[in-house]
Amino acid sequence: MKAIVHIGLKPGVLDPQGRAIARSLTDLGFDSVTGARQGKVIELDIKGNDAEKARQDVTDMCEKLLANTVIESYRIDIEN
Amino acid sequence: MKTAVIVFPASNCDRDAAMALEKVTGRKAEMIWHRETEIPSDIDFVVIPGGFSYGDYLRCGAIASRSPIVKDIVAKAEKGLPVAGFCNGFQILAETGLLPGALMRNKGLKFVCRPERLTIANGNSRYTSAYGNTKEVVFPVAHHDGNYYADDKTLNILEKEGRVIFKYADNPNGSARDIAGICNDHGNVFGMMPHPERAIDPLHGGTDGLTFFKSIIESI
Repeated sequence: MKAIVHIGLKPGVLDPQGRAIARSLTDLGFDSVTGARQGKVIELDIKGNDAEKARQDVTDMCEKLLANTVIESYRIDIEN
Repeated sequence: MKTAVIVFPASNCDRDAAMALEKVTGRKAEMIWHRETEIPSDIDFVVIPGGFSYGDYLRCGAIASRSPIVKDIVAKAEKGLPVAGFCNGFQILAETGLLPGALMRNKGLKFVCRPERLTIANGNSRYTSAYGNTKEVVFPVAHHDGNYYADDKTLNILEKEGRVIFKYADNPNGSARDIAGICNDHGNVFGMMPHPERAIDPLHGGTDGLTFFKSIIESI
């Protein structure tokens, strides 16, 4: 199985990199862009095929290491 | 008086910190590798130095803060052991939760490297008590991720309890309320982005950092 973890800054936390990306895109003429938030994606290979257990384990991993919950939130997708 | 400096892969201010400690205590600091599991019981003060531990992978300080030695530092700091982290050391302490908040990418997105004027926001702390009437010091900064963030409630508590120890006179990184250095609620754990250990010799351009180390050493 794979667990895909999406980590991003919480709403309201200033994201200067996202802001620079949005500004650069509008400089290129993409006028439709009104904002950007940058995050990261971590793909984990997980053994076994118990999706519910994998989700619990990965949630624990996010709380203990993968995300800094002071500033970041996360979302987990499990793929078989 | 025995002191220790923790060494991680890609620490780069560990020897500066050791020099500063030796200069103030007259005794060589113990260098402790991050894979060690215990801070010797006779160590009185621990410095977590600056650098780019683990290449800043995942988040600055994230991997280092989960290393074996840091587990013991957290346990001993909670029992009162004085621990100070500068630059990457501050990021590591914030990642452990010993200090509140987090260090984010600089607001201006640029790596900032310059002498920085700091105002002493609390001159009665264990880390500033020897400064006397001095209100301002200059320590170098050199970081890309020093933008201090905490929610308003936490910032209010830090200010109300006198736990903001240094503030930037000319905020280089967008830190909330110009905060440069903070301590925990017991005052034994301290973190800041600027480098007092790089201001201990006239050749550095200033010696304001010596009094910082004198303060904490005298308090022990």
